[in-house]
Amino acid sequence: MNARHESILNHARSRWLWFSLALSLTCLIAYAWHSPSVPPNGGTWLGYTLGTIAGLLILWLMLFGLRKRSYSGSSSLRGWLSAHIYLGTTLILIALLHAGFQVGWNLHTFFLILMLLVIFSGFFGVYCYLRYPTLMTRNRDSATRSAMLEEIAELDQNALALADGIDPKVHSIVLRSIQNTRLGGGVLTQLRARDDSDAALAGIRAALEAREKNNQAAGGAKSGQTIFAMVDFLASGTNDRQAEALRKLIDLLSRKKALASKVARDIQYQALMEIWLYFHVPLSFATVAGLIAHVVSVFFYW
Amino acid sequence: MSERFRIAIVGSGPGGISAAARAAERGESHVLLEAEPHLSNTIFRYQKGKFVMDEPGILPLRSPVPFKAGSREAILDAWNESAARLKINVRHNHEVSAIRRRDDGLFQLDCANGARFEAQFVVLGIGLQGNIRKLGTPGEDLPFVQYQLDDPDEYEGETIVVVGAGDAAIENAIALAKQNNVVIINRRDEFARAKKGNETAILKAIEDGLIECYYNAAPERVDALSVGRKKGRMVLSTPNGKAQLLIDRVIARLGATAPRGFVEACGVVFPSKDPAAVPAISPQYESNVKGLYIVGALGGYPLIKQAMNQGYEVIEYIRGERVEPADEPLLKAKLGGMPGFRGVDEALARIQKNVRVLSHITPLQLREFMLDSDLRTPRPGETVFARNDYTNSFYSIVDGEVHIALDDAGQQHITLRRGEFFGEMGLISGRRRSATVKAGAGCVLIETPRRSMNRLINSVAAVKREIDEVFILRAIQSRFAPEASAEQLKEMVAGATLQKFAAGDVLFSEGEIGDCLHLVRVGSLTISRTIGGKDVVLSYVPAGNYVGEMALLGESRRSATARASIATETVRLDGDSFKKLVNRMPVLKLRLQAEYRQRAASNLAMQALPSGGDIIQFLLAQGAGEATDILLIDESLCVRCDNCEKACAETHGGTSRLDREAGPTYASVHVPTSCRHCEHPHCMKDCPPDALRRAPNGEVYIADNCIGCGNCERNCPYGVIHMASKPPKKPGLLSWLLLGLGPGPGEAPYDPKKSKKEPKEKKAVKCDMCKDEKGGPACVRACPTGAAIRISPEEFPAYAQSRR
Ligand SMILES: Cc1cc2nc3c(=O)[nH]c(=O)nc-3n(C[C@H](O)[C@H](O)[C@H](O)COP(=O)(O)OP(=O)(O)OC[C@H]3O[C@@H](n4cnc5c(N)ncnc54)[C@H](O)[C@@H]3O)c2cc1C
Ligand code: HEM
Ligand code: SF4
Ligand code: SF4
Repeated sequence: MNARHESILNHARSRWLWFSLALSLTCLIAYAWHSPSVPPNGGTWLGYTLGTIAGLLILWLMLFGLRKRSYSGSSSLRGWLSAHIYLGTTLILIALLHAGFQVGWNLHTFFLILMLLVIFSGFFGVYCYLRYPTLMTRNRDSATRSAMLEEIAELDQNALALADGIDPKVHSIVLRSIQNTRLGGGVLTQLRARDDSDAALAGIRAALEAREKNNQAAGGAKSGQTIFAMVDFLASGTNDRQAEALRKLIDLLSRKKALASKVARDIQYQALMEIWLYFHVPLSFATVAGLIAHVVSVFFYW
Repeated sequence: MSERFRIAIVGSGPGGISAAARAAERGESHVLLEAEPHLSNTIFRYQKGKFVMDEPGILPLRSPVPFKAGSREAILDAWNESAARLKINVRHNHEVSAIRRRDDGLFQLDCANGARFEAQFVVLGIGLQGNIRKLGTPGEDLPFVQYQLDDPDEYEGETIVVVGAGDAAIENAIALAKQNNVVIINRRDEFARAKKGNETAILKAIEDGLIECYYNAAPERVDALSVGRKKGRMVLSTPNGKAQLLIDRVIARLGATAPRGFVEACGVVFPSKDPAAVPAISPQYESNVKGLYIVGALGGYPLIKQAMNQGYEVIEYIRGERVEPADEPLLKAKLGGMPGFRGVDEALARIQKNVRVLSHITPLQLREFMLDSDLRTPRPGETVFARNDYTNSFYSIVDGEVHIALDDAGQQHITLRRGEFFGEMGLISGRRRSATVKAGAGCVLIETPRRSMNRLINSVAAVKREIDEVFILRAIQSRFAPEASAEQLKEMVAGATLQKFAAGDVLFSEGEIGDCLHLVRVGSLTISRTIGGKDVVLSYVPAGNYVGEMALLGESRRSATARASIATETVRLDGDSFKKLVNRMPVLKLRLQAEYRQRAASNLAMQALPSGGDIIQFLLAQGAGEATDILLIDESLCVRCDNCEKACAETHGGTSRLDREAGPTYASVHVPTSCRHCEHPHCMKDCPPDALRRAPNGEVYIADNCIGCGNCERNCPYGVIHMASKPPKKPGLLSWLLLGLGPGPGEAPYDPKKSKKEPKEKKAVKCDMCKDEKGGPACVRACPTGAAIRISPEEFPAYAQSRR
């Protein structure tokens, strides 16, 4: 184990990059040197060889999922992933050489495309893995997500308690805004990094504009209405203690908004780092199915 | 008006109750005085349903009162039943406040409630828990003023005042604040006494308005109210005058007064100021006060069964009977392997005659010492321990000799003979062994674990002095001048002193004239320089290394500042005698210069990247200075897949011992909540069965004899120990993957027993750095992106340099 942090790309001085390059080069040279009587395809001896290599590679790449979940043994998962990435990429070349660059509207090409999809989803995954961790840390600013959620809940409680002492109307507005806060949610919501406070912000703006026009709040705004209603309340000059409480309430709600959008962003990053696997893995299983179909059809319906 | 008995037993813990039972059985005139309205307060106060363990399993129980592993309730019931059956003469609510031996030879025991007793013999079994500190104000005993909190969820919608600023007070206040209105009262202006996690939690709760806090405040009075909605009122004195709170409940968590003051007032002498010191008692448990006997935890035996056996034996001794101590068969088994073994007493006498450090201790201390220790008879040439092993036991040579290799090749070696000891360096520094030791001819050794040795060192001043003297000589010899004889080093050793520094203390600062050098013996230092008005850390100096030689060798002024990064002890060597030695030994000069050049070069490298030092500083601020191995996560690589936690859970019975997300982050370096395998583990401090151990590779782990008392959980400042019950078995990975059987990787196994309401044996669990996995820590191996690594503080500079 090394006393420093290395990324998957330069693991062990990029050992697997060099290995993959060497493998690619060997295949290329063999391909160039080989001059079969027919146009290069999967049926020549080199074609068979490359095909076998590619098939075994796919099976080995699949093993990664198993390795990821077996926790004893002595190799590091980082090494495996590094190899997975480089050898997975090499597969493009090997597969194309194996096919002699022949494509057509058939099962074999369908299988090729499936495999390429897996590989390109892998590229996207690597991109996510390299980019989002740093963004996530920066966004979190040393807090944990559960701590932020807890704080939001606390802010809500405090806001409610404050509102309770002001006016039943204000109380019900705050309550509604709390009920409307929903973080996370479905896949798409997660990816869009929208929390309801965003809607609220839009709501405030809409409300303000609307007020300028006809002195009436626009409908549809959710917690935007909350803040707006309170500003209104302030302006109407109720007694001093209430004004003070309202000011506090606005502080609380704005702090909550800031937090809520942080959490939403956090969820978004996490979702981005996970979602691609939901393509990569099912597609990779499909690829194995494709591989079997490909081999069977080649050997039996030749 | 006082009652007279032959034997007065104070305290009805396992020791006291067993003594009283034996006295009753034997028809002795006796009285058992207990401060509380129930028997055995320590066990009474265990958590409800706690599974009490009967360690050490091999020790037979000898007592009229039954005891076997089981729930707290079952044990207390059995004891109450025995007390009634044997007609023990117990007096509840009799807290003994003074014991005096009168001129007529009788003891006079005065109780806080005014009662007085006279007795010929006193058995003191008051344990170590001490007396709970009360408010010390009028109203401290009102029914709604309590000093313990079993279940915070019991209360709802109340106004509760929590008094205190320690961990217990904070934890209670936070737990209660969920459903109640909580006010915390702190006598001081900060919560510095608490663990860091608790401190931040309470400050945050106060800031958020969840808990109200009065700083620099003290309760003056509590009154019960008969009208209004609230049960009572507390009057407080605060810096701004008096305040009045209407309350439902007061929970005071003010700690306990250690029983030591009381015991000393009885005339019992403690050998040293150290809180771990135990009073010296004879093999018959008699203290230095004739007729006053001490049993149980107070005498240094922290387990129930031991206390019960002693209670039985002490009555027999008082009656003048000879009893073979219950541990006799254990000692016989242990010492039987000694060449020429004839009997336990003879063997113990031989040990004490041969080994000088052990000659200072009482026979009972020696028995206890031997119970904890092991006798080893390695064959000639066999390795006792190897250089860089992380063991921390202490060896005394009863017979024969051992050879200590000074260099890797084993060319140079020192021979130690009968009566000498070794292994003290690892014990004291908490670091790896500095040399390999091989057995010589006729070797008979006693290996003593760290805890027992430390207790001995702290209890017997002569032992400490002797070990320290030898330590200094050997440290100088091994670090600087293996070729020098003890004679040549005499002057330097004579001028050497031991110095202690608290975390953050400066040993010397940049620019000073240097007149000494320091060999770090415990703890670690940082070396820093002021660059551009900022203190920049250049290196980290762990125990076993020296600092300050630069100013002695060439430049006369200190080129950098040395500061203790944690509580540190050094051997200070006088500059003049060191210079003399260097001048006499050209080899030494060359060696020092070579090391000097290397240090200067690496300091320069660190200086070149100013932010590197910041990372070290951040890590040290997290307490990493006392770590031997710490898990760091690079958040710019971590994809938050939690595979590390899953791996940990999977290799450790379904519960992860690591919390990836929690913990501070600086410049993308994240210190998760995970054990650091401290040099001097806080968790080891107070473990009754000595279940916390250190493995040869440095892993601090918990052995099976853990009794689940929770002390280690409380003592670890980093919050990495949990209490958990043994997990049921889980089906294999393939059956999950292919058949969907059982819980998946990282998920806790289903527990068929869960629904049944039987008490489960809960034990402490913590990271053991996967010492039983051949590939090393599973968290590190399972991280797909290489974000998780484990490093030791020595590697911090190199690590900081690798991160730019
Ligand atoms: C949480 C916890 C869990 C533990 N679990 C286990 C376990 O599972 N197995 C095990 O073997 N050990 C366990 N231990 C250790 C065990 O409890 C003690 O070793 C044991 O109780 C010591 O017995 P004792 O008789 O010396 O004193 P104690 O049990 O401490 O009893 C002392 C008694 O003296 C009374 N007393 C004190 N001062 C006075 C006074 N001035 N006048 C009159 N009475 C006084 C007290 O009220 C108390 O009843 C545990 C300890 C703790 C804290
Ligand atoms: C046909 C080729 C490939 C197959 C069959 C394949 C298959 C797999 C499988 C089965 C997993 C395990 C996922 C899991 O269980 O969580 C995986 C993970 C992964 N693969 Fe691939 N893969 C292929 C190519 C690639 C390529 C070319 C790349 C990158 C360039 C890549 C990058 C990754 C990454 C980053 C992971 C996630 C590691 C993790 O966090 O668990 N893969 N792949
Ligand atoms: S090192 Fe091992 S035991 Fe420790 S946290 Fe990591 S996986 Fe768990
Ligand atoms: S459990 Fe806590 S005190 Fe013990 S070694 Fe680990 S970090 Fe240190």
